[in-house]
Amino acid sequence: MNDLLNQIQLVGEWLTSSAQWHGDDGIPHRLAEHLTYSGLSLLFATVIGLAFGLLVGHTGRGAFAVATVANLARAIPTFGLVVLVVTLAGLSTAPVLVALVALAVPPILINTFEGVRGVDPDARDAAKGMGMTGWEVLLKVEVPMALPLILLGLRVAAIQVVATATVAAYPGLGGLGRYIVDGLSRNDYQLVIGGSAVVVALALVVQAVFTALRRAVVSPGLRPAAAKS
Amino acid sequence: MRDGEPLIRWVWIGDHVGELAHYTGVHLRLGLLPVLFGLIISVPLGMLCHRYRWVYPPTLTAANVLYSIPSLALFMIFVRYTGLTERTVMIPLTLYTLSVLIPNVVDGLASVPDPVRQAATAMGFSTVRRVVQVELPIAVPVVVAGVRVAAVSSISLVAVGQLIGQGGLGYYITRGLQLDFPTPIITATVLIMLLALVTDALLVLAQRLLTPWARGKGAKA
Repeated sequence: MNDLLNQIQLVGEWLTSSAQWHGDDGIPHRLAEHLTYSGLSLLFATVIGLAFGLLVGHTGRGAFAVATVANLARAIPTFGLVVLVVTLAGLSTAPVLVALVALAVPPILINTFEGVRGVDPDARDAAKGMGMTGWEVLLKVEVPMALPLILLGLRVAAIQVVATATVAAYPGLGGLGRYIVDGLSRNDYQLVIGGSAVVVALALVVQAVFTALRRAVVSPGLRPAAAKS
Repeated sequence: MRDGEPLIRWVWIGDHVGELAHYTGVHLRLGLLPVLFGLIISVPLGMLCHRYRWVYPPTLTAANVLYSIPSLALFMIFVRYTGLTERTVMIPLTLYTLSVLIPNVVDGLASVPDPVRQAATAMGFSTVRRVVQVELPIAVPVVVAGVRVAAVSSISLVAVGQLIGQGGLGYYITRGLQLDFPTPIITATVLIMLLALVTDALLVLAQRLLTPWARGKGAKA
């Protein structure tokens, strides 16, 4: 217990020292870097994953390919991929972004696909019977009903991207992982634990954002409690 | 990468077969023991959540929050208590498995048809015996689906542990970066993927052996 208080005190000291809030190694700059890598790669991955997921889910063609890609992708060690990309392409942001996108696409793709695929066929038939076109069925029926799974995919992708962007500090990229990697190499425990605290805080914010998003955009008719009553 | 360096120097792999085998063993231990521990925690916890539904949402939220914390940060938090040991890698990996395993245990138990449960009770099964001999076996396919996801992600995450010196095959990833030499990085990355895929295939096989009654149905579907 005492030790936990010590750790919290260490983190507190680190966070409040003014050096942490200025310059290239300050928290605002590192956080901005981290959010840039994560945000950009998540954006690209969302565009790709949603487009293919909706296409395959709606048409039902290529389902096997999607499942295979998702399975293989889960087995890729993110750390190995990022380090490999830096070794082959040199230390710059673009190749690492490509690696992050590659990691974030599969969870979005497979969940979007499963979500659209799992839409009640009766609902789809009813929509067609009402005279909706293919696009209308997709956008007004399938997407809203698949939304909980689509958001789950986005959340898993976001968590993975934020975590991998942290690890990307090891081969020399910026972002919040820098504190942990630099602290380890300098044997500076305060830097390590301070950096970890900021990373944990960011992860919790990401988690909270997705919980709030789910509440805000998922149709009330799809919430588990409402469905049962 | 140095000019003229090939992507893979096959000779290097040939020279390091013994060492690679050793690190592969370490990697499997670091990746799979957490899944076993996770299962030992998740089965009773999932049964509890199944029986008392109000326990489930907070448990699931806690597991999801733990899962969202990047591995590198979680390793560092445990370094203080367990040092630069294998435990520091295995404890966070165990915690990560919970967010997949607990919901799958709960869903698996929920997939037991009510008539089956009632039949077991009518045959005079005690609650404990009913859970162990009837409900858990029926839940196996759903639980194994969770174990597959947990095992594959656990095996690929082990490599990050190399930043505290315990990463199994991750050793070759950092080594390759330090030497600016892609062969070990590619070898280790491919080996880790293979380990994950072979483990996944073995789990599918294990499921078939554990649920012989589902085989006929599975073949038809």
